[in-house]
Amino acid sequence: MAEFALPKNSQIIGGKTWPKPAGATEVREFKVYRWNPDDGKNPSVDTYYIDVNDCGPMVLDGLIWIKNHIDPSLTFRRSCREGVCGSCAMNIDGQNTLACTKSMHEVKDGAVKINPLPHQPVVKDLVPDLTNFYAQYASIEPWLKTTSPTPQKEWRQSHEDREKLDGLYECILCACCSTSCPSYWWNSQRYLGPAALLQATRWVKDSRDEATGERLDNLEDPFRLYRCHTIMNCAKACPKGLNPAEAIAELKLKLVERQI
Amino acid sequence: MSDTRAKSMRTPLGRVRNLGAAHSGTTDFWRQRITAVAMTLLIIPVVAVVIMLLGRNQAGAAQILGSLPIAMIMLLFIVASCWHMKIGMQVVIEDYVHSEPLKLIAIMANNFFAVTVALASIYAIFKLSSGV
Repeated sequence: MAEFALPKNSQIIGGKTWPKPAGATEVREFKVYRWNPDDGKNPSVDTYYIDVNDCGPMVLDGLIWIKNHIDPSLTFRRSCREGVCGSCAMNIDGQNTLACTKSMHEVKDGAVKINPLPHQPVVKDLVPDLTNFYAQYASIEPWLKTTSPTPQKEWRQSHEDREKLDGLYECILCACCSTSCPSYWWNSQRYLGPAALLQATRWVKDSRDEATGERLDNLEDPFRLYRCHTIMNCAKACPKGLNPAEAIAELKLKLVERQI
Repeated sequence: MSDTRAKSMRTPLGRVRNLGAAHSGTTDFWRQRITAVAMTLLIIPVVAVVIMLLGRNQAGAAQILGSLPIAMIMLLFIVASCWHMKIGMQVVIEDYVHSEPLKLIAIMANNFFAVTVALASIYAIFKLSSGV
């Protein structure tokens, strides 16, 4: 059956409260999920106080400040710091989003609560294991598939057909959507999830691709596709403002279309 | 916590591809929509018939249900709702029951239950409408 409670060794116990920075005139409280695979202990939530006047405005700036000034063992992914790479996806104040584009001032009341992306195995602290997520992306074969002879210059596409990819190609594969989806929580081994399905739609709708039917064949499955119940958490979570639920609905529509 | 489920040495892509796509699901998806639309259209006439039946004896019920259009409305509603119920429950089972043997038994029981409810209801309508 679906598990509605955390396993005993995943239940959060206690946590350390670190001292407030000396000389800081304005501090902000951060409550951060911690788990170390090497110490055999349960996860905990540590409390940190950052000096707001010595730190950038984003949540990621706060985490980097903590790592530089308080606790170098705090582990998280980050790279571009401008919402392009998707590395710093995490759950901030109950919402999956990118730490680099989420201002800590957007979190109105109390502490900024930070957890790893939900329902994924944790590698350490805020780093989730996205192996399955990436394998699901690979399974939709996200590249142009053609059988016609390759043109000398390029595969051509009209402006109208190119516009059909808007709202799809912008996905940065941060996994905010998939890990916010309850259907994905219960069936992530078989349901491809919103991110992979949005990418599948991107290739199904690409006018240059010649494997549309084959792609739809590989998606037509009660679990791979039809676990989507249009819950819409994916659209709410997407830090790029995309709508994976709509993309999935388009896939379902195409599958119905070829049957009737 | 780290993943304790992935004990197999199969590659992640191999696990995702697993047995391949079932090439089904669209028919159920489409039927669920058809039955939903059918029930939306039929619910008002059905409620009206039920209100008409309130307080009547068997002869009165037979008189109302003996009308072909009314009997058809009731029969169509039974078929649509039982079909919808069967698909909806199957989705719930597939969502939450992860033990394969238990899932098979639950899906089988769900099919039997839906067919039994449908046949019993259809029999009741025929019996009442024939006035026997």
